Amino acid sequence: MEIVLAIAIGVLTGSGVYLLLRPRTFQVIMGLTLIAYAVNLFIFSVGRLKVDSEPVLVPGFKATLANTADPMPQALVLTAIVIGFAMTALFLVVMLASRGISDTDHVDGEEKDE
Amino acid sequence: MNTFVNELFSLLDRLLDHTMPHLIAVPILVPMLTAALMLLMGEQRRRAKSFLSVVSGLVGLVAALALLRWVNAPDTGGGPGSIGVYLPGNWPAPFGIVLVADRLSTLMVALTGVVAFAASIYSTSRWDRAGVHFHPLLQLQLMGLNGAFLTGDLFNLFVFFEVMLAASYGLLLHGSGQLRVRAGLHYIAINLAASSLFLIGAAMLYGVTGTLNFADLGARIAEVAPADRGLLHAAAAILATAFFAKAGAWPLNFWLVPAYSAAVSPVSAVFALLTKLGVYTLLRTWTLFFGTDAGASAQFGQVALLGLGMATLAVGAIGIVGTQRLSNLAGYCVLVSAGTLIAAVGLGQSAVWAGALYYLLSSTLAASALFLLIDMIERWRNAGQSIAPHESAGNAPFLSEDLQSFDDVNLDDEAQALYGRAIPAGVAFLGLSFVGCTLLMAGLPPLSGFVGKFAMLSGLLEQRPTSSGWLFLGLLLASGFLTLVALSRSGIRHFWTQTQASVPALRALEVLPVAVLLAACVALTVGAGPVMMHAQATAEGLAHPGDYRTAVMAARQRLGPTQKAGGE
Repeated sequence: MEIVLAIAIGVLTGSGVYLLLRPRTFQVIMGLTLIAYAVNLFIFSVGRLKVDSEPVLVPGFKATLANTADPMPQALVLTAIVIGFAMTALFLVVMLASRGISDTDHVDGEEKDE
Repeated sequence: MNTFVNELFSLLDRLLDHTMPHLIAVPILVPMLTAALMLLMGEQRRRAKSFLSVVSGLVGLVAALALLRWVNAPDTGGGPGSIGVYLPGNWPAPFGIVLVADRLSTLMVALTGVVAFAASIYSTSRWDRAGVHFHPLLQLQLMGLNGAFLTGDLFNLFVFFEVMLAASYGLLLHGSGQLRVRAGLHYIAINLAASSLFLIGAAMLYGVTGTLNFADLGARIAEVAPADRGLLHAAAAILATAFFAKAGAWPLNFWLVPAYSAAVSPVSAVFALLTKLGVYTLLRTWTLFFGTDAGASAQFGQVALLGLGMATLAVGAIGIVGTQRLSNLAGYCVLVSAGTLIAAVGLGQSAVWAGALYYLLSSTLAASALFLLIDMIERWRNAGQSIAPHESAGNAPFLSEDLQSFDDVNLDDEAQALYGRAIPAGVAFLGLSFVGCTLLMAGLPPLSGFVGKFAMLSGLLEQRPTSSGWLFLGLLLASGFLTLVALSRSGIRHFWTQTQASVPALRALEVLPVAVLLAACVALTVGAGPVMMHAQATAEGLAHPGDYRTAVMAARQRLGPTQKAGGE
């Protein structure tokens, strides 16, 4: 299971970085979104991967990390998702403004000569 | 004069008696509530919003000064040392979030207060009319900055970073125009990428140590198992990359000069603080995590701090002589001061840190003043246009490209160009202030820039410097010389070559903040003794992070009205 998650995070990050370095604003925003996904999965995974454990404390279980999932990364990832989402939306607005002002979707606001 | 100062101090003491420890939260809460109130007021009532903005700046400044007095008082009674710890959620550290007001934090909050006060006054003269929601965004920016300075754990640092960044995106785009949108696009992209790195670093640190609290992290890093130490170092390096990007360290700083020179001037003045936030986080986390008591990780990353800091210093100094546009010049000045500070942090001697903290105060105030001043000079020299003829001709390096004029921007809500009302002796004021900024930036006597650089170098030479120490010394002196050359050249071009004999139209509201910032630098020079003592005490505290850890971990919950002592 670890290897699957690691590969998924790696592929997402790799694709994200590739897209981030492309010259079109749409590619950049897709790249940033993919990186944000990868980061969220990564944060989630630092609480250790565990199957069939209780997500919250229930009577009868001893409240240690051996019995329950680590709630801290889950709380962190929730915050990170919200913030990342808001920032991406904001970036989208600026991207549209740039497109409207410069009539091109190049990140520098003008087409470079081939 | 002395009775006035004593009166002021006793007033601050009375304020402290009534409000500590809650005063620690005030620099965060006041801007937040002010911003909320302004949003409720809607688009109109500009005068009321300007007034609120200035009042909020003033309240923040008074709170910061009171906190400064508190951390320096001998009998604070608030635990070991002079470190104020506030538990906003009333959960003890490391489980709850903490706000920590130690000497370094309060110094930075006070600096923010001065700059924000000046910028908010300056903006009321005209720039707040160049777009919507200027004042609420400025307040949110202050909230983010103060929060990041005061927070005591890594994840809240991230949250306050994002608050500050979100506000700065809006502020950078204030006034619109192609240059700003393009600079804003790059700025947002690099900061989103840096935030991702921040999250990865913070998550890895949590994975290795199981905590996010600065104090707890610092204590646990020495005990990390040898097998996990590589992971710990990787996490710290990733985290530091995000901080380096924020601090404007080479090679992560190519966004900085276009962004700072494109922003409207009161925004640039506040942005001069943002790189200092990066430096602050580097200094704070590095001294807490990798101090001399960190076992096998002691001084980890020192080479990176030194190398990148000196590279930034060199790049900034070359940029200063290579550019002729005034606002770019100020941007490179910010880079030089960031580079100096990062390298000074990396030298790892508390005597150098003390000088660096003094230099930080002086260079930030001077950079903010320079940004405000440049706005007035450019308006005067270009007769209302944003780009001077000699600049659009494009015959200088770094100038040849992309200098469109701002024909359709910087208009108020009635699409009229923003103009001022004249005060007398405008040229004399601009010229003298420019000379003052030049002296401060280049580090020449008699102003505080010289005192700061001198304190750093004398701290460096106390012990026999290493080769990197000598290199730092050389770079610092060379960069000061290049700054002097470049700023003198610009001064001669703008003040002594007479291409048009007009009188600059300056308003009192524009002159006042520049005068306040420069007067603060003069006050730093005159009061160099007490300020240096504070800086030395701060540096001592950074060199011995044990006090910080003890104070944070010793903070206890306060019992609610329904709870009994000793019970639930």
